[in-house]
Amino acid sequence: MTAPHTSTSALPGSAEIAALRARHPGAFGASPAIRARRWAAAGAVAAFIVFGLWWVGFSAERIWNGLFKLGWLFQFLFPPSHGGWLLYFLEGMGETLAMAFLGTLLAALGAIPLGFLAARNIVSNRFFHFGVRRSLDGLRGVDALIWALVFVSAVGLGPFAGVMALAMSDVGTLAKLFSEAIENVEREQSEGVRAAGADRATETRFGILPQVLPIFVSNVLYYFESNTRSATVLGVVGAGGIGLALSDRIRINDWDQVCFIVIMILVTVSIIDLLSRILRERLVGKQPLPA
Amino acid sequence: MTLAAVDAVDRFEHAWAAQRREKRRAVALGAVVLTVCVAASAWMAEVNVRNLVDGIPGAFDYIWRTVPVLRIETFRTDMAEWYWGFGKWSKLLFETVVVAGLATLLAFAIAYVACFPASANLNPNGWSVWIVRRALEVARAVPTLVYALIFVFAFGLGALPGMLAVMVHSAGALGKLFAEVNENVDPRSVEGVQAAGASWWQTMRYGVSPQVMPNYASYALLRFEINVREAAVLGFVGAGGIGEELLLAVRQFIYPEISAIVLMIVATVAVIDIVCERLRTRLMGGANRA
Repeated sequence: MTAPHTSTSALPGSAEIAALRARHPGAFGASPAIRARRWAAAGAVAAFIVFGLWWVGFSAERIWNGLFKLGWLFQFLFPPSHGGWLLYFLEGMGETLAMAFLGTLLAALGAIPLGFLAARNIVSNRFFHFGVRRSLDGLRGVDALIWALVFVSAVGLGPFAGVMALAMSDVGTLAKLFSEAIENVEREQSEGVRAAGADRATETRFGILPQVLPIFVSNVLYYFESNTRSATVLGVVGAGGIGLALSDRIRINDWDQVCFIVIMILVTVSIIDLLSRILRERLVGKQPLPA
Repeated sequence: MTLAAVDAVDRFEHAWAAQRREKRRAVALGAVVLTVCVAASAWMAEVNVRNLVDGIPGAFDYIWRTVPVLRIETFRTDMAEWYWGFGKWSKLLFETVVVAGLATLLAFAIAYVACFPASANLNPNGWSVWIVRRALEVARAVPTLVYALIFVFAFGLGALPGMLAVMVHSAGALGKLFAEVNENVDPRSVEGVQAAGASWWQTMRYGVSPQVMPNYASYALLRFEINVREAAVLGFVGAGGIGEELLLAVRQFIYPEISAIVLMIVATVAVIDIVCERLRTRLMGGANRA
């Protein structure tokens, strides 16, 4: 570009700036139309916040009173204490882990056949594919806590309802992830195995399985982590685990025990995360987590 | 064949057999550990064959009972009976979405302010990085429902404690993700803005923010999807939204009402997922083009 005004020392004069502004309006800030749109968007967001706060019954007085009460109960949180219930809490935590483990395992077992059914390269019928995928989405749309509520009502209070709830809420997600992994296999490998004279079963075993198994395992471990978190609150609706003890302690205002349980949950969850990460890296190498 | 070649084949055979043995041992060990874990969990969670045999058909029977009676000749009245509370439920579902949206927006604002001090590459002050990070960690480590239980105690029943619960947890989760995005920011534009004499906040606003905003928005949309799901169950502990009606229907064994409400939740979640997915693709597409 040859610009006459780029003499090294002097800054461009106002006439030159005006000329430049006319030539490159974008470089001098947003145009009025874009600015108006930005203001409109900001206004809409602000209006939504005001409306939302009004809808949920926000008032300075309520917040003030609530914060006051929170501050009041905060002093009862410390020092955290198990109040003689340590064994009961540990049992609840063990139950939580057991529920997460079995729920994930059941979901994974159910998701393998469903994943193959939902993979386009296995079952190519478009209507069938659409139907399976949408049913899986439907399962996914229901939160584990809703399933827990339903299963507590169906099979009674206790951890079994929690196991079923976790399995049901994850089977859809895992099946979808599995089917995507199956759809993304590279055909060269299974073709190579077939070219070496393999039958269909051998081809699946040595051509497809080695490609999808690491992804399966990685996803299952990730969902085990996430289920450990979910399982801690399923007890609130009576589906076993530490959540029952936690919600009881909150209801009867034993705040030092609440604090103890929350710390227990945090420690357990971080240990599980760590173990799962180590295991995942050992089994499948470093892989990006599913979104 | 020469002796050397035989030797090489021999060595290969040995190495291969050794690797195979090792692999078999690892698989066997894994199988034993898995079996022990399954047995221990089954014992802890009171899951056994009888439970499964009795429980699973019972559960499906229960789900089957929630299927409403719909006849073709009286389809309209059957539908009207099934969805007798449509107006009330829509309003509560609307509340759920408002709670999720409001909580996501406020959490976005908190996370936006907190994420810059929490990024080690942007904040030269080591101890403040540590403090903000720990605060975000605590905020996201406690499950939303636990916050909701505590806030219901502090603020009283209703959607306000639910909104605050979702907000606090999301602020922690988003803050961490935003800080991770910040760690990968291009330092050249930051230095450029600094060289022009900007203050620290101005540097964040004009040097960092424009680069990372599409990623932030994408994460916030993902969080909104999660929050809608979470807000739908807050009613179980009295924190507003559709959950309370669902809890009542389940507790009183009004089977068709359960399926009616659950289907409404599923439909809402699905619509929001699809819309957010579209928006995200557009955002990320724009970011890649830019």
